[in-house]
Amino acid sequence: MTIVEIGLPKRLVELTLDGESVRVPEGATILDACTAVGKSIPTLCYGDTLKPANACRVCMVEVEGSRTLVPSCSRKVEPGMVVRTESERTRHSRKLVLELLGSATDLSTTPHVDEWMSACGADPSRFGPDAETKLQPTTVDNPLYVRDYGKCIMCYKCVDACGDQWQNSFAISVAGRGFDARISTEFATPLPESACVYCGNCIEVCPTGALSFKREHDKRQDGTWDESKQSQTTTICTFCGVGCNLTLHVQDNEIVKVTSPHESTVTHGNLCIKGRFGWQHVQNR
Amino acid sequence: MSTVMSRRKKTEPYVRLTQPLVRDAGVLRPATWDEALDRAAEGFRRNVAQHGPDAFGMFSCARATNEMNYMAQKFTRAVIGTNNVDSCNRTCHAPSVAGLAKVFGSGGGTSSYQEIEDADLIILWGSNAREAHPIFFQHVLKAVNKGAKLYVVDPRLTSTGKWAHRWLRLNVGTDIPLAHAIAREIIASGLTNTSFVERATEGFEEFVKAVEPWTLPVAELETGVPAELIRELAHAYAKADRGQLSWTLGITEHHNGTDNVLSLINLSLLTGQVGRYGAGLNPLRGQNNVQGGGDMGAIPDRLPGFQDVTDPAVTAKFNAAWGSNIRAQKGWNLTQMLEAMERGDLTTVYIIGENPVQSEADCEHTVKRLSNLDHVVVQDIFLTKTAQLAHVVLPAAAAWCETDGTFTNSERRVQRVRKALTPPEGARDDIEIMSEIAVRLGAGWEHKTGEDVWDELRSLSPLHTGMSYRRLEELGGIQWPCPREDSLEPSFLHARLWENDPVKRGMPATFSPVPHSPPVDELTEEFPFRLTTGRRLDSYNTGVQSAGFESPLRKGETLDLCPQDAAVLGVVDGEEVKITSRRGQIQAPVRIDDGLTPGLVFMTFHFPDEIDVNVITIEATCPIAGTAEYKAAAIRIDKLPVKVG
Amino acid sequence: MDLKLLDVEPTEAERVVVDLFTGMGRDQLLPALHAVNDRVGWISQGALNHICRVLHIPPAEAYGVASFYSLFSLTERPAKVVHVCVDLACQVNGAKALCDRLTDELGPAGAKSGWLRSPCLGVCEKAPAALAFEAGEVAKEQLLAPTHAGEVIAVAAAGSSRSDDGRAEMPQAGSPGLRLLKRVGVVDPESLDDYRATGGYTALRTALLLGPSGVIREVTDAKLMGRGGAAFPTGRKWDATARQPVRPHYLVCNADESEPGTFKDRLLMEGDPFAVIESMTIAGFAAGCSKGYLYLRGEYPRALHLLRNAIAKARERNFLGENIMGHEGFSFDIEIRRGAGAYICGEETAIFNSIEGFRGEPRSKPPFPVEQGLFGKPTVVNNVETLVNVPVILTEGCEAYTRIGTSGSTGPKLFCLSGNVSRPGVYEVPFGTTLGALLELAGGVPPGRELRAVLLGGAAGGFVRPDELDLPLTLEDARAAGTTLGSGVVLVLDDTADLGSFLVRIAAFFRDESCGQCVPCRIGTVRQEEAMHRLVGKRPLSTSAQDLQLLREVGQVMRDSSICGLGQTAWNAIESALDRLGYAEEATS
Repeated sequence: MTIVEIGLPKRLVELTLDGESVRVPEGATILDACTAVGKSIPTLCYGDTLKPANACRVCMVEVEGSRTLVPSCSRKVEPGMVVRTESERTRHSRKLVLELLGSATDLSTTPHVDEWMSACGADPSRFGPDAETKLQPTTVDNPLYVRDYGKCIMCYKCVDACGDQWQNSFAISVAGRGFDARISTEFATPLPESACVYCGNCIEVCPTGALSFKREHDKRQDGTWDESKQSQTTTICTFCGVGCNLTLHVQDNEIVKVTSPHESTVTHGNLCIKGRFGWQHVQNR
Repeated sequence: MSTVMSRRKKTEPYVRLTQPLVRDAGVLRPATWDEALDRAAEGFRRNVAQHGPDAFGMFSCARATNEMNYMAQKFTRAVIGTNNVDSCNRTCHAPSVAGLAKVFGSGGGTSSYQEIEDADLIILWGSNAREAHPIFFQHVLKAVNKGAKLYVVDPRLTSTGKWAHRWLRLNVGTDIPLAHAIAREIIASGLTNTSFVERATEGFEEFVKAVEPWTLPVAELETGVPAELIRELAHAYAKADRGQLSWTLGITEHHNGTDNVLSLINLSLLTGQVGRYGAGLNPLRGQNNVQGGGDMGAIPDRLPGFQDVTDPAVTAKFNAAWGSNIRAQKGWNLTQMLEAMERGDLTTVYIIGENPVQSEADCEHTVKRLSNLDHVVVQDIFLTKTAQLAHVVLPAAAAWCETDGTFTNSERRVQRVRKALTPPEGARDDIEIMSEIAVRLGAGWEHKTGEDVWDELRSLSPLHTGMSYRRLEELGGIQWPCPREDSLEPSFLHARLWENDPVKRGMPATFSPVPHSPPVDELTEEFPFRLTTGRRLDSYNTGVQSAGFESPLRKGETLDLCPQDAAVLGVVDGEEVKITSRRGQIQAPVRIDDGLTPGLVFMTFHFPDEIDVNVITIEATCPIAGTAEYKAAAIRIDKLPVKVG
Repeated sequence: MDLKLLDVEPTEAERVVVDLFTGMGRDQLLPALHAVNDRVGWISQGALNHICRVLHIPPAEAYGVASFYSLFSLTERPAKVVHVCVDLACQVNGAKALCDRLTDELGPAGAKSGWLRSPCLGVCEKAPAALAFEAGEVAKEQLLAPTHAGEVIAVAAAGSSRSDDGRAEMPQAGSPGLRLLKRVGVVDPESLDDYRATGGYTALRTALLLGPSGVIREVTDAKLMGRGGAAFPTGRKWDATARQPVRPHYLVCNADESEPGTFKDRLLMEGDPFAVIESMTIAGFAAGCSKGYLYLRGEYPRALHLLRNAIAKARERNFLGENIMGHEGFSFDIEIRRGAGAYICGEETAIFNSIEGFRGEPRSKPPFPVEQGLFGKPTVVNNVETLVNVPVILTEGCEAYTRIGTSGSTGPKLFCLSGNVSRPGVYEVPFGTTLGALLELAGGVPPGRELRAVLLGGAAGGFVRPDELDLPLTLEDARAAGTTLGSGVVLVLDDTADLGSFLVRIAAFFRDESCGQCVPCRIGTVRQEEAMHRLVGKRPLSTSAQDLQLLREVGQVMRDSSICGLGQTAWNAIESALDRLGYAEEATS
């Protein structure tokens, strides 16, 4: 008896990536192809457990024959495709996208963004001191989450994780339009009055730290958050029999944060309120 | 005799135990580890010497690792010499294990989560997975969002039911009539999967006779489910290419829980919805390692890997490995042990990480029984209500984050548990504590790591042989069975039933013509309301763990009832009422819930320190599996007199 | 779905209109929002909550949708609100002075004062224009065009005595040789009999005889190109949809005409609504669609009433519905969807999201609409003008049709003339007519003025100079000249026009209308507007040359990396002004 496969085996597709011939399975994206050959492409709105939102446009690459640049995170490879990831156009686009983001939002807790900016010479201050921004006070309206929308780049990942891709709670949505677009509950009601069930799956996918756990936020505020002193250990949740994988972030023998491995076939990075927050009892000591 | 436990106390969160305690002159006092271990061992030795090994009982822990459970049953069998080992799976899913093992030979859910996503039809029966198993429900919703049909069978319209294409609102305790009516409709409509029934089952003829009386109109009258809905579900399930049937405690927590489970299994046999990719039967486990506890043999009738303790060839194998002398007879299950305490046949227990005083139905009764004992040893991370009754209390490490080992989940996936925290000073690893006691009882136990224990288990349980720690790490967990280190088995069980070759097909699956038996706690004029219990999203069991964090969703214990009943009783949302059953009386505030129907009320059991619901639940238990009928108590509700002043 | 609703209730009036949607689903969200807005003038928490209860929509999502559209208000406002156009053609015709007066007399634009600034209302031939909406048991609308401050103030306060019904100006009405406009201004747009008396429904009869593949062949051979701006071959689109095995197929008639300076589709829908319905029916037949949606911009109330009437009458006579014209097995019907103030909803995939009850954000392509369009099914999207060419092809034949225009651009074309022009309005000419000839047809710039520039194709188009008037108006010539015909906008600026504020308005338009989905457009349009203000106001960051450089770089990333055509073209007109009109030198000098 063999393990049942769903669907047909994948064919391989050959394409040219920065002058080199690459073969990847049919259905792979340009980003997958880049990853396969060890080429790193910056991404922000791309989520390994989510459908591409195509919103941030950091990962744009040039495809021969295409009028515009294409998002590598979602564009599927095609036979004979000729892709350039480091052309003048892609470099210009990446630089400007990072500058635009940096000019409107606080990227200070966005991982890797400094490296990307210096790699392409991005300078968000070019738009001047009067450039309109999204900076605003942090929202703290419940004991578990903090929302700092001055850091929000509108990647849609939290909305997708809360919505039909995973949690199906639909507590938040994108509201408004254009530069005024924002992540919001209905009529911006506080989270405790919304449909939020505090699964934390939005925070799990947030790429900028706009969403964070209260514990992390508080520790950052009082200067005791120190990732260099943190270990990450993956274990199993005890709150029901589903077997969710928990990654415990431990600093000074205290759990300070819980995430879940995105590659887990049980959770795909998702947890419920109990798994995400139900750890304090072991350290009431 | 009833006890009034009504005053709400806002209790502080539990604080970790870091020092052993021993009882002197009726009072628990701090002790050194050596003193406590000596006392623990001495008490066991004394009782076994006086009354024989069957005076000992082990309450193993469904939250601890497989390794701990393996050692606990080994301790019971090899060191003490009895099969009296069980765990709280008795309070929830023992009927699932009993039912599945009876029909198919092993007591695990038959499918994987991925198969749920790939199913065409999913039935959730007596399960509020949206709140009790949220991540499992995400897999269900993946299927639903892809177009699968979801049917929910539940007396309450829960948040799970709100996702259903059809909600079948049945009367509490009428699961068997409903299942039988579905079966009868399938048979009568010529939708029986005859090639499966003929090939892989037996007892079909008797089954047909048993369900014959349950016509749609008769079933509608008994279950309250409209005939048309029963018919629709029957046809949908029989016609689905891949049908999944999952259940939770709504099925098992009844006095006839095993029969309930069997009545659902019948449906899968009738339609061939088992043993194929995407089709299966899946009990959703309520605790992290309920599956593993049973797999590890921490149950009175099976040795590790579901090997029959009454089979002399099996016991011989274990005796050879352990140098022990296991008797080839079933031990007592948890319910039987509690009864044996009352009779005085069981005089000492070793309770690891369990809180029966608060988790058992009719808890006052449980307190009395434990108080009867000569020697109670409790090993836990907190001084629980149960620990407060102990003679020796041993502070343990928290299994899930302070030890290395494995848990087994509801899809039979064994996954690594890893030590992330150093236990607080003074607390010790479960296995280490147990080994210390074993050594004091004369067993030559050496200290073993989790991996050492696991490798010993692998050498004795063919289900687990292929699962080295290295492989578990590499593959992100492995589903049992996994007999070989170089291959993986299909993600579903019982493919053998579809084999053409009768030898490969093996033991046929037997239909169970189970009888209908209404809830024991009868509704009368004096006790006119049916109380059923369940979980809420942000809380867990007796609340010992979930009270550790502040949840914006948590509203405390309430008595949920429908607006019509509230109107009749003249009570409003938030109003405190008196709730009385034949066993006890409590007070709780009212919460109005549109999802309930007249005559049906709901409570959780998450806040026993404030309102102890198990004071009023019934201890009527399933004779096969020993699980109590938490889901069906008869109660009365009284408006409290208006306070003056 | 386990919905969590807010703890607020609707008013009785709100409940009554929302309850009419009982039993319906998500795709009725936009109609339900309109129903509430028509009844009370804004969307209260209680009303939105009740919509969510009735349609089973999570409140956060419904809020996200409601807050997307500029015609809806989620805060209280009076039942009557006057939308005053400040867009390109109106700006050229005194909108700024009008708004200044209103600010003085009524207070700043907003809910309190009862008047709002609006993007293009599509009445550019009668600029400046305003449109009053009044909620009530029977919602009323009143088009004020051309208007003046006194009238707006009077209307905002009470009613006005205006007697005209807001019908479009049609300078060519009754001229011989018209094909697309032959009935406009001539026949009664409410009468199906009049329509049939002037050749109506002969094309559908021909189509039913030809069969779907025959129709597609005629349209393909006629080389009909889309008239919405992208100029995609219509036959190929229909063919690709018709071939998809998945059912059902949908047809969407894109009547969300919102490109500033465009009003041709309004003229067609108001002047010849049955032609739009017949054309849609033919398209539905050819592409195998069982249902058509006519997505009409929310600012066209007159078109809405006339189209509703046309659809009802067509149903009565079996020109819509089951077995149309006795043709066994061909069933087709049309539902009108009103937009609610969002330019982006004219984008062919944003329109799907809007109809489905989601935010009108464009989707990433691929997959293309012909594969996965409305409700994930194969879908044809055609502009109104494109569709009304089809009966012409099916009555005159594809060969005759290709003799109109040029070999690269066949058929007649509608142009919307507005701005500083003597006889503004929609003009039908064959492709290939020169820009100069077209301007002459409209009487040129007012007497005594000099032509300064012509904006071709709208805000997303480009400028041409007075010395380029011999440009033949064809797709290929426009492309060769580095400009575009777009949706047929010909907005004329004479020497009195303030080019700087005109450009600032273009930048503001894109900023206002960006859906906000992708970074280059969401933030780029803001930076573009900021830089234009600095450039025009001569307040550079350091030097104007640097601001120009910044503009160019932002423009490039919007063009290269935006998701949809809005962002990709948001820089076109400004770039052409800088380079083609020499505004770059003017600004830096």
